[in-house]
Amino acid sequence: MGIAKPTINLKLKVWRQKDNNSKGGFKEYDAKNVSQDASFLEMLDSVNEELINKNEEPILFDHDCREGICGSCGFMINGNAHGPQKSTTVCQLHMRAFKDGETLVLEPWRASAFPILKDLVVDRSSFDRIIKSGGYISVNTGNARDANNILIPKPDADEAMASATCIGCGACVASCKNASAALFTSAKIQHMALLPQGKVERAQRALDMTAQMDAEGFGACSTTGACSAACPKDISLINIATMNRELLKATIAKPEEHVGGGDG
Amino acid sequence: MLDFLKSTVGRKYIMGISGLVWMGFVLTHMAGNMLILVSPDLYNAYGHAIVSNKLVLYGAESVLVLALIVHVTTAISLTIENRKAKGTRYAVNPNGDKGPTLASQTMGLQGSLVLAFIITHLATFKYGKEYETVVNGVPMRDLHRLVVELFQQPGYVLWYVVALIVLMFHLSHGAHSIFQSFGFLERKMVKGVRKFAWAYAIIVAAGFLSQPLYVYLLKGN
Repeated sequence: MGIAKPTINLKLKVWRQKDNNSKGGFKEYDAKNVSQDASFLEMLDSVNEELINKNEEPILFDHDCREGICGSCGFMINGNAHGPQKSTTVCQLHMRAFKDGETLVLEPWRASAFPILKDLVVDRSSFDRIIKSGGYISVNTGNARDANNILIPKPDADEAMASATCIGCGACVASCKNASAALFTSAKIQHMALLPQGKVERAQRALDMTAQMDAEGFGACSTTGACSAACPKDISLINIATMNRELLKATIAKPEEHVGGGDG
Repeated sequence: MLDFLKSTVGRKYIMGISGLVWMGFVLTHMAGNMLILVSPDLYNAYGHAIVSNKLVLYGAESVLVLALIVHVTTAISLTIENRKAKGTRYAVNPNGDKGPTLASQTMGLQGSLVLAFIITHLATFKYGKEYETVVNGVPMRDLHRLVVELFQQPGYVLWYVVALIVLMFHLSHGAHSIFQSFGFLERKMVKGVRKFAWAYAIIVAAGFLSQPLYVYLLKGN
């Protein structure tokens, strides 16, 4: 048995909204005897259990793996995407980050391109459409090849991997005052532009993905850095500089339209 | 290319290029005006040399006016779209480790103040009182006398100090963002660029500030 941490009591002000067409508002709840070893979502689970016992509608929030790798969870805690702790998804945020008696305001991601579905759950399919517009390699690469068959310089591999860690949770959009999707889109452009397989379509990809990003109604980047600060995967602002450069180069070079798919 | 210029990324390039024109201008304007610390005659002669060369004067003025119009209109169009993209604002503002810098959050407000400053500044100097003087036998406008007269007023000096500090923050974010918007930034440059942006902003603001303060503190009575 380890040393049990004292439990804490919290006041929650949670955004409740029936559906996209309804008007939402804050409702207060007490979270009593919360173990500081519990994760934030576990704390909400127990609040929800009480609500269900009282025949009230539980607070809806998105989640899946609860290991900080799937990108499903996320909402605002006191104005911070995924809560106050850096490099953390809300499922990996633990109650030891909070003090007894604190009031926590929980709000869904706010962005016109992320319509609220219910309570803290938003529709992030705009991200899926950005990926669909070019965030892939349209060549059938066949079986996995020998690891050393295609040589990639270590710095490029590292940079591509750093960008590829983006889990698409939407915290960047949520924390941006302009609801800009520049960090997400740029990470997806960057991680492929650096690798040999992705280089073939890099120009067309930059054109298509940024066009889709604008079409979805995300705002422009003001270089405030709020996105990167909120990002649970520490995606760097450098990605956005790369995206801007890729787009300018692609605009000047005017790539030929690629026809997707090979003969496999 | 038109699609590019209409895109959110493209319009940041436009903001950067038009901002860069003014960044160059404020730096040279500050450096030239430092002559006020040297001598009244030299200061007046410098001003006279600029207005005498009509080609340079009108050329520079039209580029600056064009850049200003482009900068302001693009900023307005982006701001309107950004507000629309955000929709509802949060009940609580971000804080702590995840809070962004104030300079980057208030560029529009700073810009509006700087614009108000540019207008009053042009009205009081360029289109202000015309005193005459003669330097080395050449009759010219005595700008130095006007400058000294205006900067004897504490209220006027205070407005300059406030406006220049705002300009400093505006320039610090702008000078940094240009590298980002233009896509020049690379990982190893990040710290250097931030230092450069602040050094540039501080040099411009401190240089300009030294002028009214010099007049107010040392030329008074």
